[in-house]
Amino acid sequence: MAAVRTGGEIALNRIAIVAVLVVMIVFLAPIYWIASTAFKPRALATTVPPTVLFQPELTPFVKLFTKRVQQTKPVDPATYAAAPWWEKAVYDGGERILKVGDSPQLSPYPDRFVNSLIIAISSTLLAVSMGTLTAYGFSRFKVKGEADLLFFILSTRMLPPVVVAIPMYLMYRAVGLNDTHIGLIILYTAFNLSFSVWLMKGFMDEIPKEYEEAALVDGYTRMQAFFKIVLPEAATGIAATAVFCFITAWNEYAFALIMTNRRAQTAPPFIPSQVGSGLTDWTVIAAGTVLFLLPVAIFTFLLRNHLLRGMSFGAIRK
Amino acid sequence: MVVSVLNTLDPQSRAAARGWSDLTIRNIFIIPTVLFLIVFNIFPLIYSLGYSFTDFAANRNVPWSFVGLQNYRDLLADQRIWTNFVITAKYVIVSVGGQMIIGFGIALLLNRDFPFKGVVTTLLLLPMMLSAAVVGLFWQLLYSPSWGPINYILGLRNFGLLSDADTALYAVAITDIWMWSPFVMLLSLAGLSAVPKHLYEAAAIDRASSWYTFTRITLPLVAPILMIALIFRTMEAFKTFDLAYVLSVQPTTELIAIKLYRLAFQQWDTGRSSALAYIVLIMVLAITNIYVKYLNKVKER
Repeated sequence: MAAVRTGGEIALNRIAIVAVLVVMIVFLAPIYWIASTAFKPRALATTVPPTVLFQPELTPFVKLFTKRVQQTKPVDPATYAAAPWWEKAVYDGGERILKVGDSPQLSPYPDRFVNSLIIAISSTLLAVSMGTLTAYGFSRFKVKGEADLLFFILSTRMLPPVVVAIPMYLMYRAVGLNDTHIGLIILYTAFNLSFSVWLMKGFMDEIPKEYEEAALVDGYTRMQAFFKIVLPEAATGIAATAVFCFITAWNEYAFALIMTNRRAQTAPPFIPSQVGSGLTDWTVIAAGTVLFLLPVAIFTFLLRNHLLRGMSFGAIRK
Repeated sequence: MVVSVLNTLDPQSRAAARGWSDLTIRNIFIIPTVLFLIVFNIFPLIYSLGYSFTDFAANRNVPWSFVGLQNYRDLLADQRIWTNFVITAKYVIVSVGGQMIIGFGIALLLNRDFPFKGVVTTLLLLPMMLSAAVVGLFWQLLYSPSWGPINYILGLRNFGLLSDADTALYAVAITDIWMWSPFVMLLSLAGLSAVPKHLYEAAAIDRASSWYTFTRITLPLVAPILMIALIFRTMEAFKTFDLAYVLSVQPTTELIAIKLYRLAFQQWDTGRSSALAYIVLIMVLAITNIYVKYLNKVKER
């Protein structure tokens, strides 16, 4: 359509683009602030007025991964000269890295990060594989009381975590699953399963039945048709569902706070617990936060065409 | 369509004769999921329903007794619990209201062609994908009364938005609005792009004012999808725990989920907290029911 645009419309469009720019700045400024704090020298993290321009450094990340103590006396020049750059950076801040023999002692952060990875990945694999099978079942076969069953499945997702956590805590305590990886994996699988069923059902419904029916006529069994025809067709949907499940498990806080305290603790309850111990070093907190948020930021970008669908439990497609 | 499904369910069918029957496959695909959810979601709830009628305390090794409806009676008569509900209602109204207005507003802005539209939209969606607990943590830094950039920009000097009893709840709501306006924006954009172009063209030919076009064409057509955003966000805001818990320790920000957490895991009043959990649960299920009805409505369009 070749609409003639009036001068007024063009002006309006220009104003809108400026407004979009302002919105972008407002919404991205908080993220920029935490990300930039992760590269600031400690003294510049808490200044009045706030420091915007500075020489970025990696010291906060070195500190994030190591155990350190305050230096009481100046470091021996020879030791300082022999130290690698990352150790020098810590010396420069008046601290020294604790060591066992020659290797530096690690802070709890990498441990919590790995816990988050193990728990998020395992629960995602479980929730997506079970969800895919169930979605196929609902999509292709007649199920008695299908609408009620699907409502039941969705309603488990809507339960407030603290409500479920009270009895789960007591049950886990009875069977020794508190503060274990398996305990959290089960909880996150249950939490993501309903989502995975709903989203995958939408994707399954879009795959034409005729594909499998042709395969069945060709002599495939139903199982062969499912694995060789349906699953490859559903690959994109499965990947999108998996990323959503991963992000949910990765971000989860309430269950992790209640069910874990050390061994299986994930990053979300751990990172905030570092604040408030007297002299909080915000550069280190920011470094931990940035590393933790990075995977989600990358996934959001990869998922961009599926976000609408995922956020509406598969109800709205585009 | 139904006929073909029924045919394949016939145990004598050709496909069924080779390998597992469709009936078996359907059952082994669906039953484990349903069982899993019953064992890890429904069974615990039945368990805690039992506890809600007792004076059980999980941290003490003393015998507990059955108290009937006492916990429910006490809770509903407790002025402080009502205060928590009022705080929660205020929080839901402010934060969801803000998200609806800002989210829809941004969607109206973005609903046109401009360079890098895809990148801009994706970047704006980032906040809602982040962990609420970690977002709460870094907003503490932004809100810091002594050196936070927000106080500096607003010229608030040493006024702690998060530590003042009157402003703390609004400060938490603003963070929530920052996180979730993009969600409303995302749904609104989908709604806006589905409005048929010819309606606008017809309105332009009739020289309708832009206000008329907006209220008579745009709004009614986007309304169902806005309703979904509204119900979903209301339900989520009602359940809010992590963001408010990490951001603020003020009693004026003690949402019902935080009260529940403290009652259960700090005061260890297991019986009473189970009863409160049930009161909250019934409210959430009521909203869920409305939500699903709307989802199905929109799906059918």
